[in-house]
Amino acid sequence: MKRNVYISIGVCTLIFVLGACETNSYDTNPTDPNTGAVFAVSGDQVGRPGIATVFVGTADKDNFNVTIPSVMNAAYQTKFEAQLQAYNSGGFTTNALTLDAAAFTGVLATDVLGVKTTGKTTYYDGTNVLTGRTLDDDVIDVSLILIFGGPTGASNPTLISDNVDSNDKAFSASFPYEAAPW
Amino acid sequence: MKKTKLIVAIVSVALILSGGILWASDHADAPNVKTKSTDITDLYVFQGADVNNLVFVGNVQGLMSPVTTQTAAFDENTMIEFKIDNSGDHVEDLVIQCVYKGGKMYIYGPVKPGTTGLSSTVMGTAIVAVAVTPYTATTPIIASAYGITAFAGPRDDPFFFDLDQFHKITGGTATGFVDPGTDTFKGTNVMSVVVEVPKSLLNSTGKIDVWLQTKQKV
Repeated sequence: MKRNVYISIGVCTLIFVLGACETNSYDTNPTDPNTGAVFAVSGDQVGRPGIATVFVGTADKDNFNVTIPSVMNAAYQTKFEAQLQAYNSGGFTTNALTLDAAAFTGVLATDVLGVKTTGKTTYYDGTNVLTGRTLDDDVIDVSLILIFGGPTGASNPTLISDNVDSNDKAFSASFPYEAAPW
Repeated sequence: MKKTKLIVAIVSVALILSGGILWASDHADAPNVKTKSTDITDLYVFQGADVNNLVFVGNVQGLMSPVTTQTAAFDENTMIEFKIDNSGDHVEDLVIQCVYKGGKMYIYGPVKPGTTGLSSTVMGTAIVAVAVTPYTATTPIIASAYGITAFAGPRDDPFFFDLDQFHKITGGTATGFVDPGTDTFKGTNVMSVVVEVPKSLLNSTGKIDVWLQTKQKV
C-alpha cells in the first residue's frame, strides 16, 4: 500500500517533468496541440479589398463567403456587371485598364489576389497591375478610378479619389511591417 | 446632368443594399461573420524586405478601439488560412494554416492541403509557433524556423479610407469626396497574423493567386 503511493508519486513526478520538458521545447521544436484538428464551419473569405462590400448584394453576402473561387465567375460575373452598370447609371464603357464591363467584372468576380513571385508587388502603380498588395497601396483610389474614372481614369473627378492617400501610422521597413496598435 | 444621374444611381444602389452598408475593405461584410472572430478585414501579400520572400498578412476582428484591443484575443476555435494557387485554376495547391492555442499562434505550411475547399484539417506539425504579442508590448514578438518568420497580435489597421464621406455621397448629402479626406479607420486596430515565407517554397512559375479564409471547429 505504502509502496503503491510511492509509485504513484513517482509517476506523477515523471509526468510533471515530461510535461515541463515538452513545454520548454516549444520554442525550438514545436510539439503540436492542433495536428489533425478539423475546422469545417466556413467563416469569411477574401481575395481583393472591397469586392464583397462593393459588388455583392445583401442577399448574397453570406453565400459569397462560402463560394470557392473556382466557381465564383459562373455564380457572380453577371451580377457584378449589373452592379457596375448601376453605379455608372448604365454608362460604363471601358476603364483605364481598357477593360469593358464584362471583362472587368470577369476579373473581379473571381475574388483572388494575384501576386507576382518575381519583381515588384503592388495593387496598381500606374505600370504594374495587380501584382500583389502592399500595406500602403491606395486600393480605394485604384478601385474608384476603375469603377468611376471612365476610359481615361479621369472622369467624375470628385468620385475617383477619397483624398486619403496613406495610413494613419507609418509602416516599418522590417518584419512584421505593420504599425503597433493604438 | 451626367453627374446627377450618377449620384441618383449611387443612391438607388445604396437603397437597394440598405441595412447600413459599410464599404470598408472586408470589415463586417456579411451577417454570418460580423462581430465574430472569423470576420476578416484585409489580405495583403507583398515582397519582403528580403526580396527572396513573400509576406502574407491576414487581419481579422476590425474596427477595434484601443480599449477594446486591450482584451482582444485570437480564438482557439478559428483557423486563419491562406490559400495559394500556383497553377492558375483557382484551386488551392498549397495552404498556410494559422491556429491559435494556449497563447501561441501555430503556423503550418506552406503545405498541400488534405482537401481543397471550405473545410480544413490541420496539416502535420507546426513549422513555427510564435507567442502572441501582448497589447502593451513595446516590441513585437517574432519567431522563425526553416526560413519562415511569424508574428501574431494586435496591430494598427493598415487600411485607410474616408468611409464617412462615402456614406454622405451614397446618402445624397454630398456630391463627391473632399480634399483632404478623413481616414475613418484612424485610431482603430485589428488582430493580425504575419507570415514571411521563402518564395522557393511556393512552387511558383511567376505568379500565384491567394485568398484568405477563416473557419471554425464544429
